Amino acid sequence: MRFYESETKKLIARHGVGVPKSGVARTPADAERLAGELGAPVVLKAQMLAYGKARSDTVRTAATPADAAKVAAELLALDDGGRKPAGVLVEKRPAATGEWSLAFTYDGTAKKPVMIGAAEPGNVEDIADRDPSKVVRRHFSALVPFSDYLAKEMVVALGAKSPDVPKMTAAVSRLAQLFLRYDLTQLDVFSLGRLEDGSFVAIDARSDMEVEGRPRQKAILAELGIAEDDRRLVREPTPFEIEAAKIDAEDPRGVAGPVVEFDGNIGLVIGAGGGSLTLTDAVRRVGGRPANYAALGGNPSVRKAQRLTKLILSKPGVKQIAVMSNVVSNTRADLVARGVIKGVIEAGLDPAKTIAIFRVPGAWEADAAKILEKYGVEYCDRTVSISEAAKRAVDKIGR
Amino acid sequence: MGVLVHENFEFIVQGITGREALNFTRECLQYGSKIVGGVTPGRGGREVYGVPVYDTVREITAKRKVDGSVITVPAAFAADAALEAIDAGIKLLVIITEGIPRRDASMLIEYATLHGARVIGPNCLGVIIPDVCRFGSLGGPAVDCRKAFKPGIVGVMSRSGGMTTEICNALSAAGLGESTAISVGGDPVIGSTYSELMPLFEADPATKAVVIYSEPGGSSEAELARWAKENESRLPIVAFVAGRFMDEMPGMSFGHAGTVVDKKVDSPADKIRRMREAGISVADDIGDIPRLVKERLAGAGA
Amino acid sequence: MAMFIRVDVDQAVIRKTPGLAAKLAESCPVKIFKAAGDGVDLVEDALDECTLCDLCMQASPEGVKVVKLYEG
Repeated sequence: MRFYESETKKLIARHGVGVPKSGVARTPADAERLAGELGAPVVLKAQMLAYGKARSDTVRTAATPADAAKVAAELLALDDGGRKPAGVLVEKRPAATGEWSLAFTYDGTAKKPVMIGAAEPGNVEDIADRDPSKVVRRHFSALVPFSDYLAKEMVVALGAKSPDVPKMTAAVSRLAQLFLRYDLTQLDVFSLGRLEDGSFVAIDARSDMEVEGRPRQKAILAELGIAEDDRRLVREPTPFEIEAAKIDAEDPRGVAGPVVEFDGNIGLVIGAGGGSLTLTDAVRRVGGRPANYAALGGNPSVRKAQRLTKLILSKPGVKQIAVMSNVVSNTRADLVARGVIKGVIEAGLDPAKTIAIFRVPGAWEADAAKILEKYGVEYCDRTVSISEAAKRAVDKIGR
Repeated sequence: MGVLVHENFEFIVQGITGREALNFTRECLQYGSKIVGGVTPGRGGREVYGVPVYDTVREITAKRKVDGSVITVPAAFAADAALEAIDAGIKLLVIITEGIPRRDASMLIEYATLHGARVIGPNCLGVIIPDVCRFGSLGGPAVDCRKAFKPGIVGVMSRSGGMTTEICNALSAAGLGESTAISVGGDPVIGSTYSELMPLFEADPATKAVVIYSEPGGSSEAELARWAKENESRLPIVAFVAGRFMDEMPGMSFGHAGTVVDKKVDSPADKIRRMREAGISVADDIGDIPRLVKERLAGAGA
Repeated sequence: MAMFIRVDVDQAVIRKTPGLAAKLAESCPVKIFKAAGDGVDLVEDALDECTLCDLCMQASPEGVKVVKLYEG
């Protein structure tokens, strides 16, 4: 879950690292007033989640308060995955005598948190791509409390001058600690600036909190004014996706999700993480157009499968569904069969005509086969491969 | 032979009275696995399919040797359960629980490493040596499990539990069978990655080839490619990368928590390129895997 | 309405064994049984969720029978 830069800066300031003087403008007039108060020139940053967007599109400068109003109007009109920006962060950019970039993340290879830095501003990943020799990496621990010497070695490796080492160490150490404390998955400080007076300020920053960490981060999320249902997705969820998320949240048994809406005609009730990825690829490979992505796994309850099926059938243009999965282990073919058939019947449709294919081999497949037989649905066993099942579904439902 | 587990492997189940754990406990017993105890606080003294239930792990380890533990407690209690098992001296943990924050995963894995214990998962289904030992919930009921997993020569590692069974089913149908299959877990931070498990397969005489199932997100495929380049492995590797459609949808998470295309290294295209450069065969269609394994084995003169 | 599973309970058998009703309620992973005095009530909504774990029939082989409506 991504934070807006204004929120990231609040987290940083809360932990004793300096940030630029700023305010969030909701209107161009706000921006003009803030620019006047802070003293132009100012930097204006559209408060966007901006997945996959270049920073240069969302960050501008303004020479005068009037200019700030004009720029803010343009930034506020940007599209952020179906949302409007949550305001414009207006900042007085401090004069830095030196700038560094830092990133904190998890390294899946070392299985540890890692800090990565370079002695120039920017995105550390990009700097590493251009010239790996410029980048310093240092792992730390989620088990042992963060020790300042790690930050000290890092800043020395990044070329900090000796008199600056204590203050810069303190800043880096605090950033590492807040990264851990708030269950962040990524904390980027694109520019950590050294000011004339020897203090350090996080000038540009971005962070993401792990969704799985949210339940234990309620206090800070409330302090930042982030509602529990504010999911901060790449794009605004559709009503269909919101309903699917609700179905998943209301029943802890198994997982139905994520469910993502596409614009095709093939309703997919497909199984589990990897199976769903493989099946979506397989349907597209033979020219099929999925109406949705779904991941039904972790041994969902009958009710969950039933509600998801009904929801997918409610989507305009979806007349038939393909129920497919990898060979299942813990998810049970019989419970999926029960749920899917209940969902189809509840939608007022005939299972025999609506379920184009049911390819869920594996756990409890003998019972699943009996259930499907009773309702006139053809059951595909494990001799029908994923590729073949996808092809049959697409042939039957149409491209 | 095979890796990680063996015929006399004895394990416990933490969270044994949960809906999922009940299912796979019965399945493992039917398969012939040796489950010597279960733990659910508040349910000590009960039995589940003949397996005694205790309140703590130490009540079991005080009495007998325990080789491994399967952890299926809710995410908020999973790290605690893992530390309990490690402190009780258990050396191999399979963590099935999904949704453990990576800070907790990283913490417990480091703790395990310091204590000489190995973690498989989180967010995995476990390990199986066909017809020898099933440690976790791969394969479903024993009768279905025996159809999918057959003794053979391919070592399998997969980020998806479900796809572990799917791929093994295809390898079994093709007459190749599996030496050991490991569901390594779908989370961004897992206890044992492909490149860390490769040396185990390398040292296992039963394994003649390795199949990898992978997904977008993370650096473990790049790390495997590096390993393959640096080590002159006797084992041909065949890989499959699912979720190619995700290349068009940066930042969106599908499937597992670790499955997201954010950085360059996350993208299926980048993973495929790196692995092919390292001599790993990458199947374009999931159904091509058995054929590619046979071709590589023929090429290696095996 | 349950479409796939029916559970037949002989309340007389359940009442005869002290604690059996509570045991049924506790052991069912999908909460089909609710203790009601010495006997049990069935939770209609939960019937189709039955995982066929047999724990209820093990607890009372005479008193409980789970029937698959899709068989025979």
